[in-house]
Order: sequence, then C-alpha cells, then structure tokens
Amino acid sequence: MLVPTSHGLYCPQGDFFIDPRRSVARAVITHGHSDHAYRGMDAYLCTQETVPILRHRLGAHGHYHGVRYGETVVMNGVRVSFHPAGHVIGSAQVRLEYAGEVWVVSGDYKRQADPFAVSFEPVRCSTFITETTFGLPIYRWPSPSVVAAEINNWWRENAAAGRTSIIQAYSLGKAQRIMGMVDASIGPMMATSAVHAMNTVLADAGHALPPWKNLAAVDRNEPLTGSLVITTGIDAALLRRCKDAATASASGWMAIRGFRRRGNHDRGFVVSDHTDWPDLMRTIRETGAERILATHGSTSAVVRTLQEQGLQAAELEDVGMERTE
Amino acid sequence: MKHLSALYHALDATTKTGRKVDVLVKAFTSMPSDDVLWSIALLLGKRPRRICTTTELRQWATMAAQISPWLFDECYAAVGDLAETIAMLVHGGHTERQESLAATMASLEELRSTSDDVRAAAITSRWQTQTADDCLVFNKLLTGGFRVGVSRGLVVRALAVVFQADEATITHRLMGNWTPNTITLDQLMAADSVVADAAKPYPFCLASPLDAAPEHLGLVDEYRAEWKWDGIRAQLVHRGGRLYVWSRGEELITDRFPELDVLRGILPDPLVLDGELLAMDNTTVLPFAHLQKRISRRTISAAMVRAVPVRFMAYDVLEHGYDCRHLAYHERRRLLETIVEPLGASMPITISPTIQASEWSHLEDARQRARALGTEGLMLKRRDAPYQPGRTKGVWWKWKVEPYTVDAVMIYAQAGHGNRASQFTDYTFAIWKDGALVPFAKAYSGLTKAEIARVDAFVKANTKERFGPVRTVVPSMVFELAFEGLQRSARHKSGVAVRFPRIVRIRDDKTADQADSHQTILAMLDAHEQRT
Repeated sequence: MLVPTSHGLYCPQGDFFIDPRRSVARAVITHGHSDHAYRGMDAYLCTQETVPILRHRLGAHGHYHGVRYGETVVMNGVRVSFHPAGHVIGSAQVRLEYAGEVWVVSGDYKRQADPFAVSFEPVRCSTFITETTFGLPIYRWPSPSVVAAEINNWWRENAAAGRTSIIQAYSLGKAQRIMGMVDASIGPMMATSAVHAMNTVLADAGHALPPWKNLAAVDRNEPLTGSLVITTGIDAALLRRCKDAATASASGWMAIRGFRRRGNHDRGFVVSDHTDWPDLMRTIRETGAERILATHGSTSAVVRTLQEQGLQAAELEDVGMERTE
Repeated sequence: MKHLSALYHALDATTKTGRKVDVLVKAFTSMPSDDVLWSIALLLGKRPRRICTTTELRQWATMAAQISPWLFDECYAAVGDLAETIAMLVHGGHTERQESLAATMASLEELRSTSDDVRAAAITSRWQTQTADDCLVFNKLLTGGFRVGVSRGLVVRALAVVFQADEATITHRLMGNWTPNTITLDQLMAADSVVADAAKPYPFCLASPLDAAPEHLGLVDEYRAEWKWDGIRAQLVHRGGRLYVWSRGEELITDRFPELDVLRGILPDPLVLDGELLAMDNTTVLPFAHLQKRISRRTISAAMVRAVPVRFMAYDVLEHGYDCRHLAYHERRRLLETIVEPLGASMPITISPTIQASEWSHLEDARQRARALGTEGLMLKRRDAPYQPGRTKGVWWKWKVEPYTVDAVMIYAQAGHGNRASQFTDYTFAIWKDGALVPFAKAYSGLTKAEIARVDAFVKANTKERFGPVRTVVPSMVFELAFEGLQRSARHKSGVAVRFPRIVRIRDDKTADQADSHQTILAMLDAHEQRT
C-alpha cells in the first residue's frame, strides 16, 4: 500500500505521499519538523494541532487541511486517519486502510510522558512502518522526572554561582518539553528568536506553556544571571550576552559519553522525543503487526532482531529497491 | 563506591584542569580514608590484576541483556567503550546497596578464586543493582581502564592542598610499588614514608622539547650536553644490600635485567642513579627493538643475556648516602664520576659522556651525527640547576634530530575508543611499491579536532568495504607522516618498521600518485645504515 520513492513514501491506491521531500499534489504530514514537512506541496493533510505550525513554517497561504485525532478521511477509497505519536505537539501516526488491509506509519514517536504532546496510542495493523532512530538496546531513557531533577539541579547550581544556564533544543517540541519539565520557580526562562516565535504560535493556538520572555526584547544591559535560556543554537554573540554561562544540550545522543564530551557543552541531558529500545519492542508487539518495516537510524539491527524473533521484517528503503509491492 | 562514582563523573564533566583539582580536593577531604587511598591508586593507574577477561564480561553482559552476540557488537561499535556499553545495556536503574570502595575492592578480590559461574552471577547481579553511572565506574574497576583525563600531576596538586605539603614531596611519597592492600593512607602520606620503603625511587626529572634554535637558551657555557639515548629510562636504587631497577612508568623491572645484579654490593649503599638501559654490543648501541624483547618476556634466559647484553648508561646521581638532588648539576656530575669511573669496563655500567662545546655550533654539528650513533639527539642540561621532579621548563632540554618524514596515502580507517567513539580516528597509511599501495604505518595522533572531523566525513563518504570495525577507503587523501627509528623488517609488507609514527599534516596539495614510494624509504634506510 506504500512504496518508497525519490519524492517520499507513496500510496498508489490513494495517490498521495506521506512526508514528501519534493513537490507533489497531495501530502499527508505526520508532524511539523522540517525533515517531515517540506514546502511546495499543492495540498497538506495533517492534524488540527499541526496546521498553525505548518502555517508558521511553510507560509500562511498554503492549502492546509487539519483533522482531529481518530477522524477518517477517504482518499480514492483509502481510509486515512491520524493517531497520537507523542513526539511533539500535533504529531501523529498515519493509519491507512484499503481493501481490508491496515498499514500504520509511525512517523517519529515516543512513549514517554510529554507535558504538551498527546500520548502515543498503539494502533493495530498488519504492516507497521516504524522509525528506529535509537534502535539499539543501549538506548534506555531515564525517567523524565529523574532528568528533570538533573536539569533543575544544574540550573539551581548555576544560578547560585551567578551563571546563566543555556540549553540547546529544537524550537518545536524539545524547547516546550524542557520548559514544561523544569521547576519554573528557579528563575526566569528566556527564549531566543526561533524558540520565541514557535512558543508564540503554540500559545496562540491554546497550548498552556509556562511563562517565558523573549530574549531579544530584554534590555541589553539587564543581567541574565540565574536565567534559563532556551535556544536552537549557541553562538559567540549569545555567550557574550550571557557573560558567565553554563551550556547544555538535551538529546537522546547524550546517553553516550563520547558524544557528550565531543559536543562542546558543559552538560548533556538525556531527553529524547524518539522511542528507546524497550518501548520500540513493546510498541511493535502492541500493534500486532505481522510485518515490520524499519526506517531511520539503526534499521539493520532492528530488522535482524525482529527476524530472530520470527517476525517478518525489512528495511523500508530496501522494499523500494525491490519494487515488489 | 558512590564516592568514586561521583568523583569519576564530576571529573568527566569538565575539561578545565583547575576545576578538576577542585573536584579532587573536595573528594579527598570528604571520602573515608580507605576510599581516598583506593581512589589515588586507581587514578595513578595502580590496579589490581583483573578478576575476569573482557571476553567473559562480553559474554555475561550479552546473556544479562538477553540479546544476540552480534547485537552486542553493534552496540559496542556505537559506544566505543566496553565498560560503558555494558553499563548501558544492563544497568538496573537505581543503586541498591551502598558500600565503601574498599569493601567493593575486597569483595571483588574474594571472587578471584571462585568458579566461572559464581563470578558471572556475582558480577551480573552487581550490574543489575546499580545506576548506569555507577555501573560504568564499576566496570572500569573490572576492565582496569580507569582513565578520566586526570594526570598524576593533578592528583599531586590536589594532595598537596589536602595534606599541606609541597608538590615535590607528595610526588615522592606516591612513588614506588605500594598498593592499597600494603599500606594505609596515613602511612603513604607520612613524612617518613620515604625512609620506610627501601625500594622507593625518586620522581624523574623530565626534559622539555627544544623547538627553536639553541641560542635562545642563552650561553652555551651555562649548559652541559649529552647524547639523548634511545633506551629505557630507569633509576637504579641500591639500598640495604638490595638492588632495584625502576622504569619511568614506575614499574619494578629488576628481574628483566639480571646482568645488573653484579653491581649489588659493589656500588656504594645507599645510592640512587638516574640513567638509561641500553642494549649494547661493546661500545655500539643496538636498536631499541633488542631491548623490547627484554620487556616483553616474563623470564629472561641466560642465552638472551649473552645475545643482547644490556648496560646502564648513568647520567645522574640522586642519592649518595643522602638525598643529593639539591646539588647543582655539575656538582652531581662530578660526584657521579667518582662513583662510576673506578668500576671499570667489565661492570655493566657506563657514564654518559659529556659533549664538549664552546659554541652552540659545535653542538649543532654533534646533533647531525646523533642518529649515526644510535641516539635520538642531544640533551642540554643547565649546569647550575638542582634535580627537579617532573617537566620543569628550562632545567633539561631534549634537542632531537629532525624526524624522518614521508607522504603516505590513507587506505584504512577505524573508529576510535572512548572520547573518540563513533569517529574515524585511527588510520593506516600506505606507500607505493611495484605499482601498488602497501600498508606502511598506522597513526592516530597529530590532527586537530576540526581535521579529525574532516577526515571522518571523508571516510564515511569514501568507504569501499567494511571488515568489522575497519573500513577500506578510496585511496586519495595524502598525509605527511613523521617517525623516528627506521629498520628493515620481514614482518612488514612494506619491508620496513618505523617508530612513533604520527601525522604532521594533511597534504591537500598532493594526489595519491604523488605519495612516496618504497624506493624513497629504502634510500633513507641506506643513508642511515651507511652512517652507522
């Protein structure tokens, strides 16, 4: 029902693409990250929550059609619906049903609690296309409350030492998740331009974000001591503005010491919006799928593991090469 | 354990040396004294013999994680550190029992004599009852690779603060063969700890490399020059009728050099000499490879001693009835002459000759001859300086001969370990021979972080084949390599073996076909052999 093409994942029966990379007529979008939602599609279908994000990122005048989680849209006889993926606000798995067969495309997803993204719901299907960004058993995320305590301690210690805390995070998803998981009583939260813009879009759409300040609007002479600055990138200008700063990044890759040390940040916190290994295995079981296609990251390790468990599994990209569908 | 784990991760979290010293001081003042002693020992690289092999650890972890062996290997390749891979795979999320480091070490010691099953069960259970952070440190105790970017110097600085003594004193107290099982922290740090241990050597005085013209150092009269010997730096300690030979790595290597035993009872007692162990055939210094055989063997046969006789090339005296390190170099030298010269040529000890010079140009001429004499260059020592521990700038200079250099092509790359995990940092280089590229040397060092990132990207984009962790790459990147000693070797495809190969720079101006050939190397070798 789905084949990988140079433009993206294509559904011939329904004549639409999922997260296409090049211009097509009809695009079904799992979530608003730039490697999933590209410019130049004639029409976009996504969740209601994703519409304002696409409008902000891809331009106000595109044709965006938003639907509720669970609502079904029929495209050339293919029944298409969106189900929570827990990755970022508005993120969805896409369920396709045609002639009694059900496929689910996971998009990016996580099973951990997120203060703003609706929690992942497993969807029964016969073929499950899953992301495997962190598809190795070394990836087992610590619980969010443990990481929140680590970030709070770090922020508190920096504040006590007269330093500014700078944390690097994606503007959509990670930034809001961090704002929602830390203890806002420690100090003010500041957002640099991209984070502030995204926060504004989400707050306007009705998401109850904790209070933050737009760093660009803060008087240049006002000291930032004790603040937590959330930014998409740390550059020399930002470090000068913060004077004495401690820097951190928040990502699943921070689970590995080598990455942490090479990252040039003082700290690395393990905060991932992707599924870890135990949740990946659990999710695959819960979908009841008899065939698993893996995409992104450690696809081969996941496929081989599933095959050893007696499941039918392949790397999604290979499926396209064979053209057997 | 929790103190050591906290210390390890606090040290790991910073690259600033000042901050590391603060962390060490805080740890040394807050830990129980047994844990302090163990922590010092581990930081100095003194570790007990392993109680299990890395193969066993892999097997047990693979079973505990309930995964296939190939998947363990995939994980190890992604992480690049065995202790960390295991910790990530099997940690239990929280640490259940808190015990002192000394207690952990003692219970590990008890496991040594138990069966495989008991050891496997005990280690696995510890893994599963610790956080990932604690588990990593625990595994570092098992694998012995307890490196956390803390030099001996930093440990000394911190202990100097804690015990309110100067760094030279602390350095001396830490020398020798002690283990946490043979000494207490109080004994180790006691003022008379040096007297109590007859075998204890002194901290070595180390030379700084001289990169500029020697004229910068001042007048030639203020220095004495000697050859820079290419052997094993060692201290000869003769006290209480016993002879001890210490390497610079603080390893007791007395039994590897049985021919030195004749000096016992003949040398003054107590006496400590600094010098170099050299393989010598009469007066000719033999290549370092001959000495290497001595270090790598556990037992040294009489035949080996006859085949490759070793002499101690003495160049300093540190104790002669009293600690004489405070004397000026020229005074110690005179003392050394009165000790060594009367012994005669039949004894396996020689005094390192001084190279006479009234102008710097004389020494520059001597340096040109250095390689032909089997030495690495010259040592320049300040006449009036006392013997100082560590690398004190301006006391001793090493003025090495220019290294050999060769332009070679990268053909294989392998990911590094630890800090360099998941990045291609270990390279094999080739030279041309009969129209094909043959492996010539491996090198890991010499590139900046940015250059490593560039080569890493090149390797990933130009991989031809994969053999486990090794990738063959399109042979197009040329590197200038520097190396020391050059020797014919039947074991190497290129026909030569080199010492200390390292990367000087990336030769973007050269293409693979412009790299050096086997003939170039042979010409170097011929020139070298003609001189000797």
